[in-house]
Amino acid sequence: MSWADNFLNAAIMIALAAIIISLGLIVIRLIRGPTLPDRILSLDMLVTVAVGFITVIAIHSQQRSYIDVAISLGLVGLLATIAFARYVIYRGLQNEEADEGKEQEPEAETVDSGKRSDVGENSESQTPSSNQRWL
Amino acid sequence: MAALATGCLLLIGALFCLTAAIGLVRLPDLYSRMHAATKAGTLGVGLPFLAAIVHFGELEVATRALAGIVFFILTAPVSAHVLARAAYFAGVAPWRETRIDQLAGRYRTGLRRLDGFPFKDQ
Repeated sequence: MSWADNFLNAAIMIALAAIIISLGLIVIRLIRGPTLPDRILSLDMLVTVAVGFITVIAIHSQQRSYIDVAISLGLVGLLATIAFARYVIYRGLQNEEADEGKEQEPEAETVDSGKRSDVGENSESQTPSSNQRWL
Repeated sequence: MAALATGCLLLIGALFCLTAAIGLVRLPDLYSRMHAATKAGTLGVGLPFLAAIVHFGELEVATRALAGIVFFILTAPVSAHVLARAAYFAGVAPWRETRIDQLAGRYRTGLRRLDGFPFKDQ
């Protein structure tokens, strides 16, 4: 057991500790986050940090196949983030009364379209060109 | 020597993760939090992958880890852009001390398109 191996073990332990602390901080933001996009952002970062955690575990346990696990977890995380973002575009922030962006222009119409889509599923077809282009 | 490099890369990567998490908690609004999360988060993943390449020193691991690094570098800006755009459309307000919002009033929100994108009066 040379001093380099001792250093590597210590570095792995410190890295694991730092990553676990950062996971805790991200969960704090996930709970506190005032708007839905904040929570989506913290979920995205939770996945990213978990990928780093798995890679450190792969080095610690000498298991090469954990790297494949990390890559596929990152792929799923990207897809989840993009799906949530599309959801936010078409739903708006209708449940966030305490949000401070009331005066801003983009919110008015977006929230309107969100309320319209509550009435019927196909009510977004009132602006067919926009939906066909961007949905 | 390889153990030394691996340890250093792991430490730096974990510190980037920690910095990103602190920024995520401390920064004032969604857009600046996104700045912390995507940049530092990407680096915090890439450096452990590099550490895995150095540590195992095999071609199979190196190709997979390089593919992972390239994947994260390519997709982190994409997801950040999509999320920021969605948040702006949904009306998430910037921090109240934000000086310049060049997009204010320029989106045709029904079409979700920019009006006259090369801004002439800036």
